[in-house]
Amino acid sequence: MQNLETTERDALTRIDAALDEGALEAIRIELLGKKGSISELLKGLGALSPDERKTFGAQVNAMRDRVSARLADRKTQLGDMAMEARLASERVDVTLSPRPELSGRIHPVSQILDEAIAIFADMGFSIAEGPDIELDDYNFTRLNIPPEHPARQMHDTFYLKPKPDGSRHLLRTHTSPVQVRTMLAQKPPIRIIVPGRVYRMDSDQTHTPMFHQIEGLVIDESAHMGHLKWILEEFCRALFEVPKVEMRLRPSHFPFTEPSAEVDIRCDRSGAEIKLGQGNDWLEILGCGMVHPKVIEMCGHDPAKYQGFAWGMGLDRLAMLKYGAPDLRAFFDADIRWLKHYGFAALDVPSLAGGLSR
Amino acid sequence: MKFTLSWLRDHLDTDASVEKIADTLTHIGLEVESVQDKAKALAPFTVAYVVSAEKHPNADKLRVCIVDTGTEKLQVVCGAPNARTGMKGVFARSGTVIPATGLELKKSSIRGVESNGMLCSEREMGLSEEHDGIIDLPEDAPVGKPFAEILGLNDPVIEIKLTPNRPDCTGVRGIARDLAAAGLGRLKHEQPINIAARFNNSVQIGLRFDQAARHACPVFAGRLVRGVKNGPSPEWLQQRLRAVGLRPISTLVDITNLISLDRARPLHVYDADRLKGEIHARLAQPGETLLALDGKTYTLDAEMCVIADDSGVLGLGGVMGGESTGVTETTTNVFIESAWFDPVRTARTGRELGINSDARYRFERGVDPDYVAGGLDLATKMVLDLCGGEPSDLTVAGRAPDTRREITFDPALVEKLCGVKMHQAEAMGILDRLGFKATVGTRVTVPGWRPDIHGPADLVEEVIRIHGLDKVPSTPLPRAAVVPQPVLTPMQKRVRAARRTLAARGLSEAMTWSFVSQAQAALFGGVAEALVLANPISADLDAMRPSVLPGLLAALQRNAARGQKDLALFEVGPQFHGPDPGQQTTAATGVRTGAGPRHWSKHQWAADVFQAKADVFAILEACGLAPESVQVSTDAPGWYHPGRSGVLRLGPKTVLAHFGELHPRVLKAFDLQGPVAAFEVVLEALPAAKAKPTKTKPRLEVSDFQAVERDFAFLLKSSVAAADVVKAAATADRALIESVTVFDIYEGKGVEPGHKSLAISVRLQPKDRTLSDADIEAVSAKVVAAVTKACGATLRG
Repeated sequence: MQNLETTERDALTRIDAALDEGALEAIRIELLGKKGSISELLKGLGALSPDERKTFGAQVNAMRDRVSARLADRKTQLGDMAMEARLASERVDVTLSPRPELSGRIHPVSQILDEAIAIFADMGFSIAEGPDIELDDYNFTRLNIPPEHPARQMHDTFYLKPKPDGSRHLLRTHTSPVQVRTMLAQKPPIRIIVPGRVYRMDSDQTHTPMFHQIEGLVIDESAHMGHLKWILEEFCRALFEVPKVEMRLRPSHFPFTEPSAEVDIRCDRSGAEIKLGQGNDWLEILGCGMVHPKVIEMCGHDPAKYQGFAWGMGLDRLAMLKYGAPDLRAFFDADIRWLKHYGFAALDVPSLAGGLSR
Repeated sequence: MKFTLSWLRDHLDTDASVEKIADTLTHIGLEVESVQDKAKALAPFTVAYVVSAEKHPNADKLRVCIVDTGTEKLQVVCGAPNARTGMKGVFARSGTVIPATGLELKKSSIRGVESNGMLCSEREMGLSEEHDGIIDLPEDAPVGKPFAEILGLNDPVIEIKLTPNRPDCTGVRGIARDLAAAGLGRLKHEQPINIAARFNNSVQIGLRFDQAARHACPVFAGRLVRGVKNGPSPEWLQQRLRAVGLRPISTLVDITNLISLDRARPLHVYDADRLKGEIHARLAQPGETLLALDGKTYTLDAEMCVIADDSGVLGLGGVMGGESTGVTETTTNVFIESAWFDPVRTARTGRELGINSDARYRFERGVDPDYVAGGLDLATKMVLDLCGGEPSDLTVAGRAPDTRREITFDPALVEKLCGVKMHQAEAMGILDRLGFKATVGTRVTVPGWRPDIHGPADLVEEVIRIHGLDKVPSTPLPRAAVVPQPVLTPMQKRVRAARRTLAARGLSEAMTWSFVSQAQAALFGGVAEALVLANPISADLDAMRPSVLPGLLAALQRNAARGQKDLALFEVGPQFHGPDPGQQTTAATGVRTGAGPRHWSKHQWAADVFQAKADVFAILEACGLAPESVQVSTDAPGWYHPGRSGVLRLGPKTVLAHFGELHPRVLKAFDLQGPVAAFEVVLEALPAAKAKPTKTKPRLEVSDFQAVERDFAFLLKSSVAAADVVKAAATADRALIESVTVFDIYEGKGVEPGHKSLAISVRLQPKDRTLSDADIEAVSAKVVAAVTKACGATLRG
């Protein structure tokens, strides 16, 4: 009996002293393996009398179970210790920066265009587009701009080299030729907005030889200046995301509209940036008017039956106003620092439901 | 157009303030650019008497003055050398803001002596640079009076921005008429002028045009005034001209300038004694020259209308007179010209010669043809009043163009076009005040000074601008549907999808000019002569771009110059193929350069052909096209690296995209270092999405049976495309093979030169049972056979 107790004590001592799983396994084999010392004890039971076998057998089995349990405990313990050691060795400096990724941006003009489309699409406008190279006829003549008009001079309009027949195409000076194309192609009612690149011979801080316009056209049998005013008020309020925009229509002159007006919005220019909807200054943002009867006629419709209005504004200018970019030239310079600063994330898709901007 | 308040009041009987007038002008379409009221800024500066000026006890150069302001006597320390007892000067008391510095004058102690204000120089008041001493006023200057009044500055100057359709408002009277129509006062009545001729005009006047050019100058009226005395004009006239920025010359010239500004009626005066033979209007001979009144010599062409006599050209009709016959101090006999010049031709002449004169400004907008004689009479009367002399009768060659017209006008049109209800009488009243004569019922006669009015819509504009655009009621546009229909076209959706996809992939959106230099264009296939601009803004922006790439590469270069070398840009915009409208496509174009910032992780990104290809695939997918359905070929255009570029096609003809690394020659031209990956996707070339009756997606088919992957390595010629191997393997058993991917390529030791080892992984996906070893063996054999046959490959042992 003394022998069993000593064996068990020795076994447990060795198990607790094992320092890794390998050593533990060697001990297990020594004790419980086929030729292990405890296994040998069990084998020896056969030589005993039934009574001795019963008592001694029970003792040996109990001891074996205790040793097995201790082996399992120690194994778990050693496993935990090994994992802790591994984790400790895997520690990194989490203050380091993550792997770099390129992050792309949407140009503010694209963004403001998507904003404008969200608003006008809701009012039932579709988006019409047209070519950058235009016919003189569509850019000028059918918009009631006669051949001698100053806008047709070489210092305002870019022309392509004349064709053999003497005619020459031009780079559209406004998006209005798309009005002509639309009216020639479809019967009223018409509700379109026209965004696009336009070209004029100008270059300084607020003028570039290419810029973007967005214009609108409504033609039906009853559209009048009151509707025009409402659309512009609603548009500006929604676009600039302010509760109210105070707007002023001022008589002006354009060859393709009669009556014509320019539109100012109330703002405060006393600080470094323009604040809309407050202050005592007025900022001109667009030109508009009732489509000239001659234009309607030259575009194939009866001005006695149809009437409507049009307006046009600078898309880049709207972006400058809303987002505060000061220099128009920077819009076309593709300075990555500027694009990152004034650009928008790909997933910032403007919507009326979610707000036009973050 | 500039004028002063007092000038306006010569024509307009009103007690409205200058603020109210300016506000009204803007509201009726005569937009006020500025109101300069010097009197207001100078209001605190008054005339003061220097009772005494004694040397400062503690400073040699300073004086202590006792100044009488008219209400009190104040002590002032003054440093001006001309300060002296008994003088009259301009005084500003403490608290005044000094215009030149914008600072408030403070009561102070200067070297121990109290000073309560300042005696001013012209510079301190912002009047001139004069600062040698304080202003020394005449002895009779009334003490206490505002200095601005002494200076004649108490007359605000208003400048308006005129739209080109309003020639009548290039004269103060026209502006007054508009204001009167808007209810701001009453247009003053004009006394008719009667000039009693004392003799017959001895100057012959002629029009020498052939039929085609007669409109250049259809009427030329003139009158001779003998025995005048020319010299500086009276102070009121000089002051009036100076106030609006004109330099007084002499009485005769000042009179014509005044009438030009007052009545929108340019005139010209000649020294009659210097005229030779008949004075006449004609077209210039090509190459004729004129020494004009601005001192410059101009060479004329055959389209320009001139005034000439036997000695040659005297002046440019409607633009500028010449030196040879100008009036001088010694002129005693003056010939006054009042003619009418064609606006279009006048504009052209001025433009060609680069002359912007007050005369051109008016004639090119259209001078009132009914006021040829009226203007001449007014000028004659002023000459007689100011220079003396006796007038001849008025002689006229030709006839003023007949511009009389009537418009049938229904006042109800105001409501129809503007949404404003108005009584007929109110509308007609406005037109009447503007000088339109309503004849029978609704027929309206247009006055000669309004060449811009031609139809009923023009009259609506007249009525509404005077009535007030602010009275137009904001009216909701009826909605077509409660929830609006989508409006974007498939192409518009593609543009959006391409933009947002590329931005999401790390590229930033640029917008570059639609024009590039011809040299840059040449690197990208060149442009036809027909796509070169006739009048570029500069030589490096003279050709419509055949590709968006040059703009983006120039942008990379600019960024590199600013130290930004790791970046990716894209642009979705037009590229041009032909000179006619519509010969353009929309290209989603991108460039990537640099490997990224140096990073502790050693992580870098690639600006290579496969990055570009991935970008293109992303666009195709975003536009609804499966990348597997397109064909890849290696015939990319010459601006790409010939061995690292490709073309994506849909069918043999439709090119969807180019992608690859750019050719070193192109990089060199743009001064760019290192590889640049680029792609160009023609969005129009993508196929239209098929119209589907519902948005339902096809059922998802997934198999519950275990998929198996088998790897194969083949030896084959280096020139064989990987895609051919993949295709051969994939088609070996379409039912079972789900996908084939290339996972290794090796050339080098152990592989015969000119050959490569290509390893593929084939994934088998059974749909109805678990694959047995025999099944797998059978498929493997098919794969090996197919690849061996199609690609001349051998299975690597």
